[in-house]
Amino acid sequence: MSHEHPSPNGILGHIQRWVFTTNHKDIGTLYLIFGFSMFFIAGFMSLMIRAQLVQPGMQLLDPATYNVVITMHGLTMIFGALMPILAGFANWQIPLAIGAPDMAFPRLNNWSFWLLPFAFTIAMSTLFVEGGGPNAGWTLYAPLSTNYGPPSMDYLIVSIHMLGISSILAAINIIATLLNCRTPGMSLMKMPIFAWSWMVTAFLLIAVMPVLAGTVTMMLTDRHFGTSFFNVAGGGDPLLFQHLFWFFGHPEVYILILPAFGIISEIVPTFSRKPLFGRTSMIYAIICIAVLSFVVWAHHMFTAGMLLSTMIFFMYTTMLVSVPTGIKVFNWVATMYKGALTFETPMLFAIGFISMFTLGGLTGLMLAIAPADFQYQDTYFVVGHFHYALVAGTLLSMFAGIYYWVPKWTGYYYSERLGKLHFWLSLISVNITFMPMHFLGLAGMPRRIPDYGLQFADFNAWCTLGAFMFGFAQLIFAYNMIQTMRGKGQKASGQVWEAAQGLEWSVESPAPYHTFTTPPQIKSET
Amino acid sequence: MPRTTYVVPPTYLPLIGCAALFCLAIGFVSWLHQLHYGPYLAITGFGLLLLMMFDWFRTVIHEVRAYQLDDDPVIDHSYRWSMGWFIFSEVMFFSVFFGTLFFIRVFILPYLSGAIPEGTMTHFILWPDFKNIWPLLKTPDPQAIAGPKAAMEAWGIPAFNTLVLLTSGVTITIAHWGIFKKKIKQAVLFQTLTILLGILFLYLQVQEYAEAYHHLGLTLGAGAYGNTFFMLTGFHGFHVTLGTLMLMVILYRMLKGHFTPKPFCI
Ligand code: HEM
Ligand SMILES: [Cu+2]
Repeated sequence: MSHEHPSPNGILGHIQRWVFTTNHKDIGTLYLIFGFSMFFIAGFMSLMIRAQLVQPGMQLLDPATYNVVITMHGLTMIFGALMPILAGFANWQIPLAIGAPDMAFPRLNNWSFWLLPFAFTIAMSTLFVEGGGPNAGWTLYAPLSTNYGPPSMDYLIVSIHMLGISSILAAINIIATLLNCRTPGMSLMKMPIFAWSWMVTAFLLIAVMPVLAGTVTMMLTDRHFGTSFFNVAGGGDPLLFQHLFWFFGHPEVYILILPAFGIISEIVPTFSRKPLFGRTSMIYAIICIAVLSFVVWAHHMFTAGMLLSTMIFFMYTTMLVSVPTGIKVFNWVATMYKGALTFETPMLFAIGFISMFTLGGLTGLMLAIAPADFQYQDTYFVVGHFHYALVAGTLLSMFAGIYYWVPKWTGYYYSERLGKLHFWLSLISVNITFMPMHFLGLAGMPRRIPDYGLQFADFNAWCTLGAFMFGFAQLIFAYNMIQTMRGKGQKASGQVWEAAQGLEWSVESPAPYHTFTTPPQIKSET
Repeated sequence: MPRTTYVVPPTYLPLIGCAALFCLAIGFVSWLHQLHYGPYLAITGFGLLLLMMFDWFRTVIHEVRAYQLDDDPVIDHSYRWSMGWFIFSEVMFFSVFFGTLFFIRVFILPYLSGAIPEGTMTHFILWPDFKNIWPLLKTPDPQAIAGPKAAMEAWGIPAFNTLVLLTSGVTITIAHWGIFKKKIKQAVLFQTLTILLGILFLYLQVQEYAEAYHHLGLTLGAGAYGNTFFMLTGFHGFHVTLGTLMLMVILYRMLKGHFTPKPFCI
């Protein structure tokens, strides 16, 4: 019944192994490799954007192409890079963290992953469809995407449906695993915090991916079947699109940040050599953020037109989110307080995350204030805000997680020297890239434009400089990781990090193909 | 109490599933774009998807029976939970269309007719003769988008169909009890009855749609009323179709004696 480590022979054997695999570690690896490949593709697009904006005037892209590039950059980063990479962490770490032999539904797991390359083949093919790629921005606002959308929008819609199926199946799988496959004796409250963060994230995914699917379906019927959901002439409204999109969209940004919180909450205690401060409150904070995320969506629409009372409601709920978020930040800091800190690369990235993400949260708070947002909406200030949350937040946490767990995955340490170089270059260049955007926005530079007034020239040049530096730093990362995977580093023990706690460190490194086929014992404390 | 773990062998099924959805997606869009190969590709994809699902379920059922996996509470609970969460995702999908109906009736139409906020200019500037009367027979701009001639009468087919569905809930519960009480005849009889009710529902819905299109001028494109009517009832009908198919498979398995009174899920 049980299967030995597959020993593929020949090219065909290799392809079979990876395409037909039902092993959570294989699938985790596939997710990570796919995610980082898309990260480099979407990153290339962002460098095209920054090259265009290096100085006033038209250089690289014409305005129509520019719109296509920013649209595909956003969509690819969110659905192609960040979500799959986080799912890769989930696949690798959840069974290891809870002492399960695999995910609850290994076959389904394979399908969740392999839908992604197929969906992105369709999404990317839009760039070559007659009439140009989708150009409405990643938010796909009607009527830009309906009445005025190019034919390629239809391909994008069906690819979003496929991505939705993939995410929902993966999320159901993750929840089922977490609820049923924990090793005996591990109660929900004893479950590692990374697993907890994914439990809540999976819930969010199941709740909002169908909303996106339904919304793009209405877009499709508006485009081809004569409905007028987003057309006032027939009794619909483009505003309806915005409401539906952001009902999906705001929880979606928490889908991108909650697993990052989970990763950081694992790393900080290890390198502080102290248990996580306020573990229970951390769990409740995650749940609280998730619940609140359903009632804040209209903060994206303050200038779109709504009743004053509605505006006030969404303003206060949005500000409320910063309470549980603040709890998390304070707890991380309190974990480090008086700890025996060491600063290996994962810890550096974790500290980078905490400080940078806090900045993103603070600018979020500024945006939450409706009257102030009238000024900020659709300026570079918003771009600055969400890149602090997503790049200096989620992405840095992913690097932290990769450096933290890669010795467990491959059996080898990465090069600490290159890791630190990667960290400092990334941290500095992220700030050079995105900090000036806040000032540009406050000074009135609108977002989503290929050209700008002369007064914005200096700051934009800085942004571009930072962006290229950041891109370069990621090549160091890629090199470091390839070397580690090829076994060039120092050999890692099972424990890997001196003070790391948790079941995943009880197996040898690299983690064997099948782990915990009999459930492990957990220590009684914690 | 160590449990031995069943390791799921490598599988080609998901790959077929991906290829099927890929063909279906591309084919469907090509169809919309009037490319001649569109329909063929879409139908191939759809057929492939059905075959894949058939094979997938067959594999799972064989596996569960061969290794008695349904005795394993972990696996049993995983299947139950995942079905529950899948249904939750369906609820969210439908809530999009209910939410749309709500937003149209509570916000958009009152806005357009000048009711909220009081004294709004939208009404005077856009369509001053527009009145907010639901069902929306006269759209804000009838020249651009014509409304239906009449709305669907709630006390005709819709009321009867509701009754059909409610009854089918009763019959399937009786079938379920039949299995518990080892009365296989009762189970089979009421299962069959449930399937017939499902088919009756679908037949009547087709009649209803025909009437809507031919006599009432009520089409998918007939303004907000037609949009929401067909979107909601259409996706609902699609779910009834799938549900009826599943019930048929269950009936087949009942006849083969797959189900016993122990708590089961697969
Ligand atoms: C305390 C936490 C946060 C608050 C109060 C907050 C608030 C806001 C507000 C009010 C806006 C709308 C700005 C506008 O368009 O005028 C916004 C935009 C945005 N936020 Fe946040 N935010 C927070 C955290 C986050 C996090 C954690 C993420 C992602 C991981 C994120 C991602 C985004 C994105 C992507 C947008 C822009 C979407 C777009 O228009 O394209 N935010 N945020
Ligand atoms: Cu938001």
